[in-house]
Amino acid sequence: MSSILLSSNARTARARRSFATGWWNRLPLLPALIFVILVTQLPFVITLYYSLQRWNLVSTTAPRFVWFRNFFNAVSDAVFLKAIFNTAVMTSSIVIASVVVGGLLATGLNREFRGRTIARTLAITPFFIMPVAAALFWKTGIYDPTFGILGWITDEIGIGRINWISQYPRLTIIILTTWQWSAFALLILLAGMQSFPPEVAEAAEVDGASRLYVFRRLMLPHLRPFIELTGLLVAMYVLENFAAIAILTNGGPAYSTTNLSYYVYLEAFSSFDLGRASAFGMISLWLAMALTIPMLRVVSGIFKEGGRA
Amino acid sequence: MSMTMWRPAIAGARVSTLALSIALGLLAVRPGHAEEVTLTVALAANPQMETAAKLIDNFYAKYPDIKVKFQTLPENQLRPTVLKDVATKSGQFDVVMIGAYEVPLWAEKGWIANLSKEYVEKDTEWKADDLLTPIRDLVSFKGDMFATPFYGSSSFMFYRKDLFDKAGLKMPEQPTWDQVAEFAAKLDDKANNLSGICLRGIPGWGQSLAPLTTVINTFGGRWFDEKWEPQLSSEKSRGAINFYVKLLKEHGQPDAAKDGWQECLQLFTQGKTAMWYDDTVFAGPVIDQANDQVKGNVGFALAPIKVKPGSGWLWAWGLSIPTTSKHQDAAWKLISWLTSEDYIKLAGEKAGWGTVPPGSRQSTYKLPEYEKATKDYADLTLKSISAANPLKPTVDPVPYTGVQYVTIPEFEQIGDFTSQQLAGAISGQMSADDAIATSESKIKEIMEDAGYIK
Repeated sequence: MSSILLSSNARTARARRSFATGWWNRLPLLPALIFVILVTQLPFVITLYYSLQRWNLVSTTAPRFVWFRNFFNAVSDAVFLKAIFNTAVMTSSIVIASVVVGGLLATGLNREFRGRTIARTLAITPFFIMPVAAALFWKTGIYDPTFGILGWITDEIGIGRINWISQYPRLTIIILTTWQWSAFALLILLAGMQSFPPEVAEAAEVDGASRLYVFRRLMLPHLRPFIELTGLLVAMYVLENFAAIAILTNGGPAYSTTNLSYYVYLEAFSSFDLGRASAFGMISLWLAMALTIPMLRVVSGIFKEGGRA
Repeated sequence: MSMTMWRPAIAGARVSTLALSIALGLLAVRPGHAEEVTLTVALAANPQMETAAKLIDNFYAKYPDIKVKFQTLPENQLRPTVLKDVATKSGQFDVVMIGAYEVPLWAEKGWIANLSKEYVEKDTEWKADDLLTPIRDLVSFKGDMFATPFYGSSSFMFYRKDLFDKAGLKMPEQPTWDQVAEFAAKLDDKANNLSGICLRGIPGWGQSLAPLTTVINTFGGRWFDEKWEPQLSSEKSRGAINFYVKLLKEHGQPDAAKDGWQECLQLFTQGKTAMWYDDTVFAGPVIDQANDQVKGNVGFALAPIKVKPGSGWLWAWGLSIPTTSKHQDAAWKLISWLTSEDYIKLAGEKAGWGTVPPGSRQSTYKLPEYEKATKDYADLTLKSISAANPLKPTVDPVPYTGVQYVTIPEFEQIGDFTSQQLAGAISGQMSADDAIATSESKIKEIMEDAGYIK
């Protein structure tokens, strides 16, 4: 009897002790954990709280609690709906174009030729240029009909100078951002192509498979996780595209290039309506999560069982 | 055995790691000095203010017990940063640089200190009577000053004398908009990549709406009537907006919906446009940055008119003291020094006469060195500023003040929305009348929500 009691006591004591040692072991990590919670989760909760208030910094009335009015207003705000549409169009085009352009560049660079290192460095450079600097250069150096290279080219071939930013505002943002992010896609896809076992390609060649067949049936399935990862990462960053819009168009003309993050910025720093801006921010966050969580689930397969390919 | 021996050592290591990480955290929080006063100043990053930061040693020589910490921000970041600070009463700043638009609004809310009662009347050395009257009105609320004007500006016309001579045209000192449209049509030379006129088209209440509103004013239009009913679609305002859009589309710079003053400055100084209507403060930079073909051929004329004379805009950057500041007396010493006659002389001698803060004091325009350095435009700048009347900006009576903006808190939102639609009209996505209709219904909604229209 007593021996059983003793052993069960000892077990709970041991369990308690291991619990205590567990925390004792984690103790040095705690400040970091608290810091991370403070800088990531606390602002989230505060934003949620603000989003339930009518709070305009420049208005004379004091902030007051209005429950979900800001969220209902968002649905009836034509510009907000336009911003969702613009975000969807711009993000999906940029992701697709970046993967395609990056993939083509990677295919070109995945061969031995003289000057390959230089070509590779040049190809990834756009990714390392600061977005604001890149946007300023594209605005005056490329798109501008008077000073830009595009204006000169179209003039030389006889179709006149085109008002790129006024006439095709969304397209100019898409091209500029694709230019930057296809370099990033190139980096990942090239790494993927280089991990393709050469003996498989050789074996296929011996069996008489054409290069196109090898690419379509062997290379593409091998690249699939890399393409998914690229798509996810580019989408996550491009959803909050800001510099290109702020520099090229200020979100215009007539809000045709305003995306969600730029509209949140306008609400917060032009209307100074912090309640509405917080509510729009929350909605943007939910939309972004709805988009990225399924993608993350697909991509996380890469890290299990050494990938699926 | 060995386990029990090791335990204290491990515990010691853990405690010291914890102590280290806490200590690192605390490093950021250091006590300040208590003896001397340190003023924190929020400034816009423009050349005039950078000169001020460089010359601060002269201030220390006069007031050794005051130290100044400058926080320089780009103009569009300065506004939200300072607004957040004063609106939430966090008291981070002792002196803030704010635009003429904010001064009366913030004065009404009690966010910034009344300078007239406490300081201006007592400090006769500062010579408040020397300030240009319209600029003084601009930084006042109900007759009391709430900011000291650092510099002031109006708008006028830049043009290329050589191109006018070649085309046999003559720019009068006071042109009308009809004349300007005619000149633009004649000078427009698409084959040689030269536009007749450059005007702002990019969205933003401080961008395209500033020149447009001066056009509305001089055409006899207005933003609101006495009952705060929006008036953009009234005949005269509509005529002005259609005129602006048509002029820009037909003879303005190409791709105008993306251009602000930055792009127009570049186009004008590189000889790609024959005229440019913008801020007087750009006169110095235009002459500095012009290429050889343009330099020496830059002419200036007053803001074009239609019905109402004196149609230039009026802007000033002022220095204010937030009511939350704990060192208001020291803050006055700094802002009165920065806006004094002596400072203007000092800046001219040390940093060049072309870059002294213009448009604030009459005495600046009587300094022989300044007159010599700015003879091409100083006279017209002074005339433009003196002709503008922020208290009565329009032909018909209005319930608001401000020339190229409406001094109500909601105007930024209204202006940003309207300028987006305007850019849509300039780019050809919609007609000017559609842009006006869309803007007006939104303005009405904002004004009803804010309680102006019952």
